[in-house]
Amino acid sequence: MSVLTLECISQEFGGLRALDSVYLSIEEKEIFGIIGPNGAGKTTLFNIITGIYVPTEGNLIFNGQRLNDLPAYEIARLGIARTFQNIRLFNKLSVLDNVRVGSYGVSHSGFMAGMLGLPSSRREERKTLANALQLLELVDLADKRYEYADNLAYGEQRRLEIARALALDPKLLLLDEPAAGMNSTEKEELMLLIRKIREQRQLSIILVEHDMNVVMNICERIAVLDYGRKIAQGTPEEIKNDDAVIQSYLGAGA
Amino acid sequence: MFFEQLINGLTLGSTYALIALGYTMVYGIVQLINFAHGEIYMFGAFAGLFLVAAFGVNIFWALLGAMAFCMLLGVLVERIAYRPLRGKSTRLSALISAIGVSIFLSTLMALLRGTNTTRYPQVMNEKTFHLGSVEVSSLQIIILLVSAFLMVGLQLMIQKTRIGKAMRACSQDIDASSLMGINVNRVISYTFAIGSALAAAGGVMVGIYYNAVWPYMGTMAGLKAFAAAVLGGIGSVPGAMVGGLTLGVLEIMGVAYLSSSYKDAIAFAILILVLIVRPQGLMGKKISKKV
Amino acid sequence: MDAIISQYIDAYYFRILILIGINIILALGLNLTTGVTGQLSMGHAGFMSLGAYTSAILTVHFALPFFLALLGGACLAALFGFLLGLPTLRLEGDYLAMVTIGFAEIVRVFFLNFEPGGKAVGFSGIPQETTFTLVWVLVIIVVYLNYKLLNSRTGRALYAIRENEIAAEASGVNTTQLKVLAFTAGAFLGGLGGGLFAHYMYFIEPGNFGFMKSIELLNMVVLGGMGSIPGTILGTVILTIAPEMLRIVQDYRLLFYGALLVILMIFRPNGLLGDVRIYDIKKRFSRKEVKSCQS
Repeated sequence: MSVLTLECISQEFGGLRALDSVYLSIEEKEIFGIIGPNGAGKTTLFNIITGIYVPTEGNLIFNGQRLNDLPAYEIARLGIARTFQNIRLFNKLSVLDNVRVGSYGVSHSGFMAGMLGLPSSRREERKTLANALQLLELVDLADKRYEYADNLAYGEQRRLEIARALALDPKLLLLDEPAAGMNSTEKEELMLLIRKIREQRQLSIILVEHDMNVVMNICERIAVLDYGRKIAQGTPEEIKNDDAVIQSYLGAGA
Repeated sequence: MFFEQLINGLTLGSTYALIALGYTMVYGIVQLINFAHGEIYMFGAFAGLFLVAAFGVNIFWALLGAMAFCMLLGVLVERIAYRPLRGKSTRLSALISAIGVSIFLSTLMALLRGTNTTRYPQVMNEKTFHLGSVEVSSLQIIILLVSAFLMVGLQLMIQKTRIGKAMRACSQDIDASSLMGINVNRVISYTFAIGSALAAAGGVMVGIYYNAVWPYMGTMAGLKAFAAAVLGGIGSVPGAMVGGLTLGVLEIMGVAYLSSSYKDAIAFAILILVLIVRPQGLMGKKISKKV
Repeated sequence: MDAIISQYIDAYYFRILILIGINIILALGLNLTTGVTGQLSMGHAGFMSLGAYTSAILTVHFALPFFLALLGGACLAALFGFLLGLPTLRLEGDYLAMVTIGFAEIVRVFFLNFEPGGKAVGFSGIPQETTFTLVWVLVIIVVYLNYKLLNSRTGRALYAIRENEIAAEASGVNTTQLKVLAFTAGAFLGGLGGGLFAHYMYFIEPGNFGFMKSIELLNMVVLGGMGSIPGTILGTVILTIAPEMLRIVQDYRLLFYGALLVILMIFRPNGLLGDVRIYDIKKRFSRKEVKSCQS
């Protein structure tokens, strides 16, 4: 059962064809990796999926629904969450609040309800708080809940972004280079976390990553992009041995 | 009649353009709306006045003197009020600082010279030319020529000199520029200097043209020139020129054919209209953010 | 009620306290747009003006009861906020700042030419209906509602927009909708403050609501600390009292003020109270952490 399908997705910026007829199909509960050299179009792909760009050509289908023209916040509400390549936290908000904002897309109290303190709003606030604390426990940041987000260490900030993304209760989670800047211990923990998330929340994960160790270890299937095209797709074993991939990206010693 | 108003508009517009250039160049590099710029313009007008009245200097030298003075003033303001804030605080605090400078400078002049209007002494014999049925004054021609000269000079400098290239580089990506070895601080100071000099020229010419200077003349002129810069596309040098001229013409036409009591509102109505319909202005580029 | 209070407080301070109250309402409105949501608005005086003139015209020319007139003025201001914000706030960048400057100027020029408002001469004879009690009751209500709002789901989202608009969108926040909401609410409070102002000063003229007024209000929000309710109140109190205090050096007052702004921005750019929010203080005090000695 395909959760997300990219049918012939192309993206043009002025004269530059950033993505060219890319076809991808992500299955339920799978961990799918996207790799490729810088500039291959990986983040552009993420931006299309999350509604920041509108694809020039092609169809973006999520659980049977066409997403092409939907605004980013709408897509988030439908259940697609992401983290960012360059961390985008709410710096001057507390760790706890970062995660609470994350659940905006799945909560409903309006500004009137909040301002007047209506019971429905208060109930929802309790739920939001409980959920947020649970997520912070999951990423091991619960004891730092009142810290300002920009006070956290780099690795902690990345984990916070993941917690915030999970607050949307997504069916699809996009992780954009989550291991960037981490040391090997942190990467090990990250891999455990990603697997745990998939098990606990039964969602699909798409991972863009440069660290081959991470990719090969946790991804079930991998697609390789180069110059905006998909040049290979398969299991980690298959990708490791694919000539085209080795030539363009991995190098012979992979 | 129409052509006369057109000339009037272009004359007024070129003074707006000269001020607008300072706004747009500074915004293009440091993303600061320099609210004190209008006061620099005002100081320029007074400096010219001072040189002519106190030293009986020829208007040409007074213009240069005023420009030189304001160059220093502009650089000083940047050093004291803006540089300490660069990088370490929000855009808003730089803006507030600029507002502080603006208040300080206009009050300073008001204390020095009183709030009344001072007349510019007679600096040239004004002759009226007749081109067909159109009356043009020699003063207008001089203003148009001087402004054109300055604007062309600016364009040449930006396109053909090393420092101009550095300015263009900084306006595209200031971090990359500094990594490439460009002395960003110096480029910024230079930008402020040039912008201030142009504003000073505008100030002197306005002083002569309207025969009046007063300490708060910078506020309204500054706001309108800012509108002109936005109209042309904030950050774009040719945009500021086009915007200034356009705004001047539209304002004069509006006064001539619609109503004079809404004169000041015209500039701002255009500003709002442009921002709603075409926010990047006439010649600006749409800036997209890297996600 | 007023009569009782005025027995205890000297008339001079009485007046200052009323002005402080009115300014707090105005500043909290601007705080919502600029401090919390991060959308720089430099024409708040325009909304104040709309509220002032509208409510005054309603009481003087249409003999409307004061409360209705106040409400009418505030609603009109909010309407303009909505109409102005809708096309502008879908864009990112300093555009709102530019648009609001233009807007406030247009409003000013409009009232300079508006016959029923007295044009440049001004509007006099406005019934002095604003009382100390009314102002401070409204202040309490506005502060309370602000506090509730900023600690709710919507409030958090507003802060998020200021911090990182793209990330907020990715979390499901319809940023345009909320930005317009904040701007409209801010305009409403601006109009409310304007109405109270008009009915206290019993005379208004377009010069009361010029660019400098917008700047003064902006400074109240910035000085205290952006987005912070106590900060805004503090900034308002300081900046309402200061001109009075500096009356001694009347002529040089603005000189000091300008220099003060620059100095303040250099040394404390985040305002006096930074980003302190009421519930932050509560939580920090309730979670006393015992720092262990470094061993």
